[in-house]
Parts: sequence; C-alpha cells; structure tokens
Amino acid sequence: MALAQATAATPAAQAPATQAQIAALQQAVQNAQSAGDNAWMLVSAALVLLMTGPGLALFYGGLVRRKNILGTMMQSFAMMGLVTIIWAIVGYSLAFGHGNWFIGGFEHVFLRGVGLTPNPDYAATIPEQTYMIYQLMFAIITPALITGAFAERMKFSAMAVFLGLWSLLVYSPMAHMVWGVGGLLNATGGHIPSLDFAGGTVVHVTSGVSALVTCIYLGKRVGYPHNNFPPHSMVLSFIGACLLWVGWFGFNAGSALGASPLATSAFVNTHFAAAAAALGWTVAEWIHNGKPTALGAISGAVAGLVAITPASGFVQPFSALLIGLVAGIFCSFMVFAVKSRLGYDDSLDAFGVHGAGGTLGALLTGLFAASVINPIFKDAAGNTLPSGAIDGHWGQLLNQAAGVGIAWMLSIAGTLLLLFAVDKAIGLRVSAEDESAGLDLSQHGEEGYDLNS
Amino acid sequence: MVKIEAVLQPSKLDAVKDALLEAGIEGMTILEARGHGRQKGHTEFYRGREYTVDLLPKVKIELVVHDEMKEKAVQAIIGAARTGRIGDGKIFVSPVSEAIRIRNDERGETAL
Repeated sequence: MALAQATAATPAAQAPATQAQIAALQQAVQNAQSAGDNAWMLVSAALVLLMTGPGLALFYGGLVRRKNILGTMMQSFAMMGLVTIIWAIVGYSLAFGHGNWFIGGFEHVFLRGVGLTPNPDYAATIPEQTYMIYQLMFAIITPALITGAFAERMKFSAMAVFLGLWSLLVYSPMAHMVWGVGGLLNATGGHIPSLDFAGGTVVHVTSGVSALVTCIYLGKRVGYPHNNFPPHSMVLSFIGACLLWVGWFGFNAGSALGASPLATSAFVNTHFAAAAAALGWTVAEWIHNGKPTALGAISGAVAGLVAITPASGFVQPFSALLIGLVAGIFCSFMVFAVKSRLGYDDSLDAFGVHGAGGTLGALLTGLFAASVINPIFKDAAGNTLPSGAIDGHWGQLLNQAAGVGIAWMLSIAGTLLLLFAVDKAIGLRVSAEDESAGLDLSQHGEEGYDLNS
Repeated sequence: MVKIEAVLQPSKLDAVKDALLEAGIEGMTILEARGHGRQKGHTEFYRGREYTVDLLPKVKIELVVHDEMKEKAVQAIIGAARTGRIGDGKIFVSPVSEAIRIRNDERGETAL
C-alpha cells in the first residue's frame, strides 16, 4: 500500500526509477515473501505441536487400559513443557549452533543471538525465532513418541529425567548431524550427504529404535502376553490419529521452511502416503485376520506418514503413494509377526511403526528422490545432479543407509547409557502394586474417568 | 410374591420393558451387567493380537409381582426377548417373603 502511494506520487513524466526506488521495491518484495513464509511457518509450528498434544496423547491414551490414560497423556504433555525449557537453554544451540560433525556448539545457549532477523544458514526469509520454535516442536514430539513403547509401567519421575536427557544426548546431535551447518550427514555440504526432508532419521528412527531398546530394558508389563491388554477407547485413538494426520502437514510441508512450491509437493506427498498406507495395512490385516479394523486403518496411516517424512520434499506424488503402500504392509508385518515372534512388549508399537517405518522411509528416499522435485545436489558449476537411485544416483542408497545406521547406533548407545544411569539413580519402573493400580492413581493421584461423580 | 430376574441381550431391553408395561407390570429395576452362559464370549483383534472377551455386556431386569402375575410377566419377557439363537438370556423366579414401602412403612402385597 505504502509502495503504491509512493509510486503514484512520482510524476510519470520524470526520469526512470532511481536507485532508491529500486531498493525500496526490492525491500518490499522481500518483506512480502517474508510475511508469506513466516505466516506459513508459524502455522506449521502450531500444527506440529498439535501432533503431540492432543494428537499423540489421544492416540496413545486410547490404546492403554483405562487406569493409565492420564499417566500416558501426561508423558506427552510433560515433553511439551520439559523439552521446551531444555531447548531454550541449550538444546537448540547443540542442534543448530556451529560445532563439529556430530554436535553443535554453545553459541546460542539461552537463545543468545536468536532474534527476529533471519539466519541465512537455515532459512533466509523467516525470523530465526520462527525457525527455532518450529524446530522445538520436532524436539518435543520425538521423545514423546518413545513413550508408546514403555506405556503403563514407567515412573513419571524416571520418564522425565530419561527423556529430558535423551533430548540432549540423542536428539540434538542427530538433528545437528542431519540438518545442522557442518553436520556429518547434511545433504548440502555434509561428509555423507543423506536426504532427510522432515525427520525420518532424526525423529522416527531415533525415537523408534530408542523405544525398542527401552521396552526390552524395562521388561514386559505384568501379565504380558498372557493377559489381555485391549485399548480402552478406540474412539480417543481414532481422534488422535486423525489429528496426527492433519498435524503432519505442518511437519512435512513446513519443512520446506517457506510457503513455496516445495511445500505443496511435500503436502501432497504426505497426504498420498498416509492414504496408501492406511489402505495397505487394512488390506494386509483383512487377509491376515479376516476383518478390516479401525485400529489397523489408523495405524497404517501413521506408518505411511512416518515413512514419507524423509522423502516428502524429494519425491514425486506417485512415488509417495508407493512408499505409503509398502510402509503400510511392512509395518503391519512388523507388528503382527515380528513382535510376537521376538516377544518384546513394545506396548503401543512405537518401534513397529516409527522405527521400522522410519528406516524403510529413509532407504526408499534414496531410491525415489527426484531432482525435478528438489534439485538438492549440484556440481561445482551449479548444475543439478541426480538425487536418488531411480534418478541415476545409486550411491545415494549407501548414503541413506549410512544415515540410518548412524541413527540406529546413536539411539542404541545413548538410550542404553541413560536407562542404565537413571535406573541406578532413581529406578525406572513402578512397583508391581502401582502397576496394577494404574499410573493415574499411583503416579498422579487422579483418575481419568470418575464414573461416580 | 415372587421375584423375577431376567438376564437379557441389551438390544432387547426396550422391547421387554414395553411388553411388561403392556402386561400390567408397574415397577421394575434395570441393571447393566456383564456375563455369559453357554454362549461364551467373542474374539476381538487389536493389531493382529486376538483377544477373547468372555464377559459380554448384558442387562438384568428385576421385578417383584403378585403370584398370579408371574406367568404373564414371564411370557411377556420371553415373547419380547426371544430370537431363538444362543445368548438370548435366562429368567429366574424366586419367592419373596416381604415387601416394604419406605414412604409409609406399608407392608405385604399392597406395597408392590
């Protein structure tokens, strides 16, 4: 508006636009792009928070027994508080500060230097605080995903200490390696350029593998697998899963870091993969058990969303459909067959969905990544190079495998170390009596449902 | 006086209630219950795991009637609740020694 008036005020008969006018015009164009990008990124940040609470809290909360719903929801909610504080103090700096191959530095401790001007290292059109708060939402949901594996049996105190430290020891380094400037696995400039658009390795492999380690370390719930542990409210889980699906648009399309055509591509891919995976899991279960269940359909959708996460900004829509379909079938197999064969009590299938789906998705990204969607690799002269294997760059499969392998190793080592330390210090598991009474009463002194009031 | 207790499929509750009112029964108590007879339970699948649910939701209806109303009430329940399939439920009849109206301490059959 101001620009239009300024232009109108200049008599048309005068000399061509002056330098000052051109500069003002450039500034106005930049401001307009910044406004558009920032609007989308703030909405995306809010969408990603929506995935943890209420999305994941409801999804997991419905799957546990009635006496554990508050305890389960509180584990997700606690991450919204705890990880935020850790992130502000040091987590963001360790993930996105300048450091070495493996971890960032301390330059942004207490958010020093993280202001309202962009940081061109990461996103040149949005305030760095927007980038910081957006990335925080990822740091929140990642440890919250792990809680599904140890549902119904860990002390609240131990959970808080374990996952708070986990966000520093596993999440921040992994985020730095994949997305941080100078990170080992950074797609542009890293030693092993690994493609991870929105967190297939950073979020899902780390959380899923740590989930597997935790549920094995902690042991089975009392009575598993002889007793029944049916979900107490499929309705809550259904609402939670649908909120996850919607929130995932912020997670993946937001990872374009602007309101760009690439965001559209990630948005479309995200939706396609979720739909195809819901179909894949449902059909697999229909054949396997004779009935298409609601839990199967929503679990499939989540598996597809997990698998498309690393690929969402790199692949064509029909590749996304294929990735989703394969993920739905593969993850249902992991949950139906592998878990019962190996006998671990991954209570809500955090590994079967996030660990397995994340690993699969990261590898398939190396297969399907297409430079026409995202010309991420360039030669010294600036010419676009092929992205994934089908593009002609078969070596990318190895890079992806390296990224996945490092995520697995870091998760196993970091999680084992923390579990051991927290177990020795304060003990991880609730007593058998508390477990039988339920986490709601034993940990929080409340009940989710008071049917007498 | 006899007490009639009937365990029914929840879906038959409304039909049974209407039939009893039509037969002239004035009061009844309904309880939500869980249980099984020869029907046993059913199986549910959650993420590929098969769960046997052997206590199924039922409703239990209780009424106390004059002796001469017994057969009429029993026939009303049977007529409304029977599908002919296993799981239709059961009726139990037992004698009642006393009935007391709390409001005015009225005793015996007139208290019903």
